[in-house]
Amino acid sequence: MAAKEFKRPDGRKLDEMRPISAKVGVIPSADGSAMWKQGDTIAIAAVHGPKKMHPQHQQDPSTGQLRCNYNLMSFSVSDRARPGKNRRSQEIDKIIEWALEPVLLIKDFPNMVIDVTIQIIQADAGTRCAGINAAALALAHAGIPMKGMVSSVALGKLDKTLVVDLNKAEEDFEEGEGATDIPISMISDGKITHIQLDGKITPTQLKEVMKMAKKACKEIYEIQKKALKESLEVKKNG
Amino acid sequence: MDKFQTTSEITGERIKQYLAQGKRFDGRKLDELRKIEIEVGVSKKAEGSCRVRIGKTEVIVGIKMGIGTPYADSPNKGNLMTTAELTPLSSPRFEPGPPRFEAIELSRVIDRGIRESKVIDFEKLCIKEGEKVWTIFIDIYSINNDGNLMDAAGIGAIIALKNARFPKYDEKNEQIVFGELTDKKLPLSDNIPIAITAHKIGDNIIIDPTQEEEDLSEARVTIGFSDGIISSIQKGNSAPLSFEEMEKILEIVKKSWKNIFKKIEKFLE
Repeated sequence: MAAKEFKRPDGRKLDEMRPISAKVGVIPSADGSAMWKQGDTIAIAAVHGPKKMHPQHQQDPSTGQLRCNYNLMSFSVSDRARPGKNRRSQEIDKIIEWALEPVLLIKDFPNMVIDVTIQIIQADAGTRCAGINAAALALAHAGIPMKGMVSSVALGKLDKTLVVDLNKAEEDFEEGEGATDIPISMISDGKITHIQLDGKITPTQLKEVMKMAKKACKEIYEIQKKALKESLEVKKNG
Repeated sequence: MDKFQTTSEITGERIKQYLAQGKRFDGRKLDELRKIEIEVGVSKKAEGSCRVRIGKTEVIVGIKMGIGTPYADSPNKGNLMTTAELTPLSSPRFEPGPPRFEAIELSRVIDRGIRESKVIDFEKLCIKEGEKVWTIFIDIYSINNDGNLMDAAGIGAIIALKNARFPKYDEKNEQIVFGELTDKKLPLSDNIPIAITAHKIGDNIIIDPTQEEEDLSEARVTIGFSDGIISSIQKGNSAPLSFEEMEKILEIVKKSWKNIFKKIEKFLE
């Protein structure tokens, strides 16, 4: 790997994530909820359900269904985003469903739906990853039976250097080969449930990326576990 | 885990019995507000933002500034646009999709309360007469609904406005340089319009209902009020109000405005 002297704009080490804070139970009316803050990106997620699928014609007697709804708040980005769904958010909804579904024992809920709503309060790159981390926490908080946790992080290649957890300034990096953005989500056992890539990279580099992602997701998993435990302690004391 | 979509009849009867004795489930008086908590600057990307909690009800309000063209009948005045999203985050009753009547009404009532109070000096939002003006976007998001989203949104709107700063404007290219806020506040007067909603349940008038209470509301009146002056009113739901009831509502609103003002004063800079 070249460019040993490569400096990240905010001075982080190549494998260093931005500061993370997580809190479970931020929305009292939801069955489960969580906030995930990673650097300047803030996501909140709420789970409602399992409940009877509505509209009725979408009910599936062979399984329950996961339905995700991701949105940017209009003021979460520099240039105001028009409220409501667009093509990007519709794709991300599906990506998030695919990322989370493998750990959910959703077959146990025939005809039901689990609604996951994600809102981004502040966007500074990695919003889908923050959304997935928050959603996974909210699902666990709601008591949905899960085989494992899902943790998500965006890897990146800036010119020729591989780094963990891009921020917006890095995502817009234009020198040399520019920026390659690779959001990845993993189950706690290391299986990949979501991967996307934008840019250019060699297969060898991608293997390295996956290794880095595994390490970062492990760190995220520990933070998720801690947040869930803290929510239980609050319950005990309060 | 299915939730009741509305307050059950039996709970409703009990709430009404309580109200008749001047009591509420949470121990409040009929004209008493829940605890208000405010946090400003909750989204760095916004020109101004705040979180308002009234009891368990929570909203986030953000201000964005944009450049637009003035309306033909007011070529030297800026624009204001208010939207509200009742997100499915905040209640199983709210579904994704285009705003429904509740969200449309909410944003329109808040918009009128702000606009008609003349708190914003729209002429100072003019960049080039007839061509370019600033547009203020007030965007309201519900985070948790436990009744009275309207008043939470109104408080959030005025606090977010007061905390907002103009972004940097590149005069040569006639565009906003995002990411750089100036020290310049929005052109606001000292008026503090606050929307306060009173509800009629049976023969009683209450303010700041929880969701359970709001479901029983037979009529509601939202009054945009700023220190002695009423600048907007909206009556909702179909039960009629007597003259005496309307007078009582005005008294309660007057008193509540002072209460709320005292609680939020320090966030108005």
